[in-house]
Amino acid sequence: MNQLNHALSLEEKPRKIIRFNRRQSTLITILSGLALLTAIIAASFLMSDEAIKTHFEARNLSPSWQHFFGTDWLGRDMFTRTVKGLSLSIGIGLLASTVSVIVALILGMAAATLGKTVDTLISWLVDVFMGLPHLVALILIAFALGSGAKGVIIGVACTHWPNLTRIIRAEVLQLRTSQFVQVSRHMGKSRIWIAVQHLLPHLLPQFFVGLVLLFPHAILHEASITFLGFGLSPHQPAIGVILSESMNYLSVGMWWLAFFPGLSLLVVVRVFDMVGDNLRLMFDPHSAHE
Amino acid sequence: MQLEAKNIGFRYHQNPWLFRNFSLTLNSGEILGLKGQSGCGKTTLARILAGYEKTLEGRIELGGAPLPKVGYRAVQLVFQHPEKSVNPRWHMRDILQEGWQPDDELLARFGIQQDWLSRWPNELSGGELQRFCVVRALSPETKFLIADEMTAMLDAITQAQIWQAILELAKERDLGILVVSHEKELVKRVCDRVIELDSVHLERNSFIS
Ligand SMILES: Nc1ncnc2c1ncn2[C@@H]1O[C@H](COP(=O)(O)OP(=O)(O)OP(=O)(O)O)[C@@H](O)[C@H]1O
Ligand SMILES: [Mg+2]
Repeated sequence: MNQLNHALSLEEKPRKIIRFNRRQSTLITILSGLALLTAIIAASFLMSDEAIKTHFEARNLSPSWQHFFGTDWLGRDMFTRTVKGLSLSIGIGLLASTVSVIVALILGMAAATLGKTVDTLISWLVDVFMGLPHLVALILIAFALGSGAKGVIIGVACTHWPNLTRIIRAEVLQLRTSQFVQVSRHMGKSRIWIAVQHLLPHLLPQFFVGLVLLFPHAILHEASITFLGFGLSPHQPAIGVILSESMNYLSVGMWWLAFFPGLSLLVVVRVFDMVGDNLRLMFDPHSAHE
Repeated sequence: MQLEAKNIGFRYHQNPWLFRNFSLTLNSGEILGLKGQSGCGKTTLARILAGYEKTLEGRIELGGAPLPKVGYRAVQLVFQHPEKSVNPRWHMRDILQEGWQPDDELLARFGIQQDWLSRWPNELSGGELQRFCVVRALSPETKFLIADEMTAMLDAITQAQIWQAILELAKERDLGILVVSHEKELVKRVCDRVIELDSVHLERNSFIS
């Protein structure tokens, strides 16, 4: 008996360590991802605008210790422009995905609680928006609203809610039939009270995971429509602006103009993707209690 | 007051009828037992009586009128599985006070300890959780309590403690209680009369009273 216990405890141990490590590494990934993003935003505020003014004496320099990412045809420091561009992109992405997620939350809950007509209408809207290619819809919206941050934010928000709306609707439909919600109705609670008190706490994980996973899309779409000329104005230090300007100089051999900003954008997007996936892992009901 | 089921019938989808032409009367202050084999439809009947499910045939009446559809329901059901009838993301205190504000004296009668109130549902045993569900359902507005295998997972002593508290309260407030259980001992001890939900019976237009 004792031996058996011993054997069992031996078998238990390695499993525990692995589990602990997984959760720990998830947390580390999330925290370091967030740290990097905060660092970019902080750096953009700390860096002076001096470096992105015109310096004719330092034009077209290739990357060096003084200018990590080189300088452009006006002598502007590309590293500073990239950091400021990224930070602007992150800000716009955050705003756009927050709006998008809130829209999804409201529509998803409305579809699942306000009866058949509302549900049909919202499901139809979801299908319509899902059928429309994002970029096309984005360009149309951004064009209609005039270029600038407003058009981009509204465009991204309007095109990205359908997926999450579907998920939230399904979740609410399931929650609504759960016993504790039915009990609550029998305690005389109103639909709205139940939606806020019972349903919302269960949707918060979806909310945050959705927010973070939307982020890379928002940033990439912002960059691409800006690149195409429908987005932010050329005077703003946006990544999309930098990339589209650099295209003209690629043929002259100034590869660093597009390479480093493009790479940085890719890295930031990947980091968000990773944070999102790890968050989902953490909130997953099957692994939540490990 | 009376809670009445008049010639009710129910089945899930196209499955065979669980019961048909079934009638039952529960008076205020009466403790009625309901027995029956596993799967014969006791839980379903309990849900219908409490208004959680619509009957397909016949009707349910409370004091001569249909069951109200809004506000605090005078017919409360305590489910078999307490862990499903509490929101896992709520504190026990909020769960307890969802319908009304029970006083400390009542909590003590049901053996609910004060420090349980600040815990999460998954930090309590099934039996401890069930006490919360019972007290939650026993507001002064409750006229009838339907207890579906309410104490099936408890040990004999805890079971006795809870039933004693409920019976006392039923006397004080003139509550009518339907005790759904397959434990003969329990039914014999607490109930004034017992009916059986027997599928064979029900096929033949039963009227059990
Ligand atoms: N939602 C449902 N959909 C379809 N069939 C169901 C559903 N709920 C229950 N049933 C079926 O209805 C029958 C009666 O179920 P019910 O839960 O009322 O039985 P019960 O008498 O309470 O049994 P037990 O004593 O085991 O609790 C069972 O055969 C069950 O399979
Ligand atoms: Mg049952």
